[in-house]
Amino acid sequence: MKRLCDKYATKLVTQGLAAPNDPIIGGLDAELVWNRPDPRIEEFTKLFDVLSINSLVFSKPAEPYATILDFLAGRTKSAIRPEDTETRTFLHDIPICREFTASAMEVNLKKRKAVIIPGEGIISCGTVSPEQGFVFYSSTIFACFVLFFSDYLNKLRNKTLDDEYREIFQRVVKNLPQPHTTLPQQVSGPFTDEDTVLAAMAESGRHVVGYGLVDSFFGNISYKLNGTVYISQTGSSLEELEGCIDPCPMDGSATTGLTASSELSAHEDVYRRSNYRCILHGHPKFSVIMSMYCDKQDCPNRGKCHIKCTECRTVEGIPIVPGEVGTGPTGLCNTLPPAIASSGSAIVHGHGLFTAGLNDFNKAFERLLDIENQCRKHYFNMVKSYE
Amino acid sequence: MKECFGWTGTVLLIDLTTKEVTLDHPDPAIYRKYIGGRGLAGHYLSPHATREWADPTLPILIFTGPLTGTLAPTSGRGTIMSRSPLTGAICDTSVGGRLATQLKYAGYDGLIITGKSDTPCGIEILDSEVQITPSNLHGATSNEVFTHLESSILTGASVACIGPAAENGSRLASIMVDRHHSAGRGGLGLIWAEKNLKYLMVKGTGETHVHDMDALKETREDIFRLTAASPVLMGQHGFSCWGTGSLFDLMDSRSMMPTDNFQKTRFPNAHQLNAAAYKKKFVSQKHGCSGCHILCKKIAQDGRPIPEYEAMAHFTALIGNHNIDLVLDANDVCNQLGMDPISVGSTLACHREITGQEYTQKSLMNALHKMAQGDDLGHGSFFFANTCGRSETSMSVKGMDLPAYDPRGAYGMALAYATSTRGGCHLRAYPLSHEVLRKPVATDRFSFSGKARIIKIAEDINAIVDSLTACRFTFLAASLEEYTKAFIAVTGVQISGQDLLETGERIYYNERIMNAANGFSASDDDLPARFFTEPGTSGGGVDIPPLDRTEFLAARANYYRVRKLDENGNPTPEITKRLGLDQ
Ligand code: SF4
Repeated sequence: MKRLCDKYATKLVTQGLAAPNDPIIGGLDAELVWNRPDPRIEEFTKLFDVLSINSLVFSKPAEPYATILDFLAGRTKSAIRPEDTETRTFLHDIPICREFTASAMEVNLKKRKAVIIPGEGIISCGTVSPEQGFVFYSSTIFACFVLFFSDYLNKLRNKTLDDEYREIFQRVVKNLPQPHTTLPQQVSGPFTDEDTVLAAMAESGRHVVGYGLVDSFFGNISYKLNGTVYISQTGSSLEELEGCIDPCPMDGSATTGLTASSELSAHEDVYRRSNYRCILHGHPKFSVIMSMYCDKQDCPNRGKCHIKCTECRTVEGIPIVPGEVGTGPTGLCNTLPPAIASSGSAIVHGHGLFTAGLNDFNKAFERLLDIENQCRKHYFNMVKSYE
Repeated sequence: MKECFGWTGTVLLIDLTTKEVTLDHPDPAIYRKYIGGRGLAGHYLSPHATREWADPTLPILIFTGPLTGTLAPTSGRGTIMSRSPLTGAICDTSVGGRLATQLKYAGYDGLIITGKSDTPCGIEILDSEVQITPSNLHGATSNEVFTHLESSILTGASVACIGPAAENGSRLASIMVDRHHSAGRGGLGLIWAEKNLKYLMVKGTGETHVHDMDALKETREDIFRLTAASPVLMGQHGFSCWGTGSLFDLMDSRSMMPTDNFQKTRFPNAHQLNAAAYKKKFVSQKHGCSGCHILCKKIAQDGRPIPEYEAMAHFTALIGNHNIDLVLDANDVCNQLGMDPISVGSTLACHREITGQEYTQKSLMNALHKMAQGDDLGHGSFFFANTCGRSETSMSVKGMDLPAYDPRGAYGMALAYATSTRGGCHLRAYPLSHEVLRKPVATDRFSFSGKARIIKIAEDINAIVDSLTACRFTFLAASLEEYTKAFIAVTGVQISGQDLLETGERIYYNERIMNAANGFSASDDDLPARFFTEPGTSGGGVDIPPLDRTEFLAARANYYRVRKLDENGNPTPEITKRLGLDQ
């Protein structure tokens, strides 16, 4: 347990989600262990007595996230309700807890997976591993970031922006990490054997996370070799893919894809429709923000854009398609493959960016990074144009 | 009870000896305390838990939950519960089909059957009309019962029945529901036979009243969205497309396929007997329980069900059979004769190990029919191995045969098997979800670290799932958070998921209390010695050594601490009181 607590404390820091030495992570089997001592542990310990959990993750987010969260919490009564796909599907909403006491945290954690305590941080918990707390913590940051930037642009456009938002926005923008401009060196394809495929996928997964194009747990990656799609497993961490890739024969002769990413169908369909051999999927923040921006104010589908949008929308020439996670009737498996097969990349509304490559992950990665950088540039150009 | 949202407020009691039919209206506090399904059935079983299975006063309990018959996804399931003739422990089975929904629509939260009819009988319920009817179906197979009753039953009615195995005294006797669903484990069919009850037919014309339909619809959408995003449920290799048989390839590739009576854990012929092979050979269609959108059951063109994963594995790898047609035949015969395919497969494997005899098509079918005629094999591997003086060949816990997940490949599963209140069962804590299927996140399957508390929490969650009632599989995607919203929407009772979990703890602890009253303790919370002395099949970069006994015992001791039992695994008066189980 201690090993897991340490692991996820380190991960929060290396992924830029928390400041060094800030995360407090506790894990309970028969004994309760913590990654480090801290006076606040006394209060957190009480939560283990009243909640059926086995782990707890707490930290103040790194900047600019702490500022964003505190700002949003300051303007919200009881819970933030972002509209990106991760929140719609998994978090539902994010409660605000205004007291740093176990009893107040308990009330909120009984309802939701992660809770914001303004000025203090995010607290989340798990029933099987600290990884759950880590995932909810990171999703909260992602969702709030997207909400903050989306709302800003909308308010600016609608001329409802106030000075406080303007000022906080400036502060947040100053603290944004600089975009990456150089590409990583990755092994060249096409690959002809399984071992090389697995190694290339693991390498690319590490770069996608290292470049901040996805928050570890989310996203997926695949490569097609001899009629078999090798794809990252559901809920795998892209920077730790060794042993977490499933071979899925496309002829339906085996069901080893039972633990494969929920996007397996979409990936397979792209391969059926094109000559691409690999697909990368990340959740780069500005691509997601731009996918949710639409100036068709009086659209009858507003509020349901993620499943109902019928417009041929693009951002910087990249198609934006609606679609939910998975294979339901409104699943992205229906909308994504034609879009990506024809252009090599597509963004799913509120969800993330998919890019493909003909031989190896170099081109797919280049597209992923380039589109995110273009979306970021486009966002700030729009901000400028409305000012 | 005053408010009639979710629950009907009425439990139906039928005494087959006196033919008396009475109604009970439990206090609302009882509903809050035990929710429904497995919880409420456990509450009613509690005073009778030490009665012998042949004692007419031992009740059979069939309970619905507050979500049964509502729009909440997969809520059409119910619980059948009693004391197991196979193990002597408490035993409940979550049962699908239409049974629970029809019972609820007839106006009942539960049905309690006691006594013994002097001649074979059926119970027929149409709303408030209850009839105990003499039956001339004694000895009939389940299909014969369904076909016979089909002409006389009302559209949409549910039928549950036993087959000849129960009537001939087999402790592996199941209860078949609506032709394709079974309450298989623990030999509960034998209690029906002992009461001279051949079948139960229920039809209701009412509905389940919902407190806040909009809120229920909202959470239903959330659950649909989550299940659609779940590879294991709705993915192209998931249960909805292939049935639970899609686990077959996965379990083999993870070296968890029990082969040759658990002497090996990989099956060389797996790729010829996987779900894809069934789909190709027996073009199948989807089928499922009332109120379910997942529809994990698969029915072959000729009307026979495609076996569940456990039967697929136990009728092949476990017993050395490579004939796919024979698997379908064996599974179908089990359904017809009314026997639990998991225990049947395990007992056949035990017999093969002891005698060294391989099965042919003919000998296998003969063995099945003999089991159903009351042969020694028909009492399960524990009984049979002991009769042969070879107890070490019975792969069972508390006398209940293990299903098709080798515990050397998933240590949480090892602990869960050992501590399960109904014996060798993977469903109580269902650690498969995180150790293999990666939900909610993956855990290290080759480690006991953290598993004690994980198992305890999962047992509590699943006690609630079985009490609400909902299907265990949905929780591979949704969580208690969504189902708590559904519970509040349906009943109007304001409660948190964590409060429901505490209720789950009560339901589970109550089962430990009943088992302790029947003499179960730490020595029963154990695995067959084979798992501590023999390795599984290593390969493909994965090593499968025997389980480390010291580590296992330490994990079990941790479990007792977390579950707040004494060091012998027995309930303590202090916790019994805290959970309100001392009254
Ligand atoms: S998933 Fe399968 S077992 Fe569960 S309710 Fe649906 S059909 Fe029944």
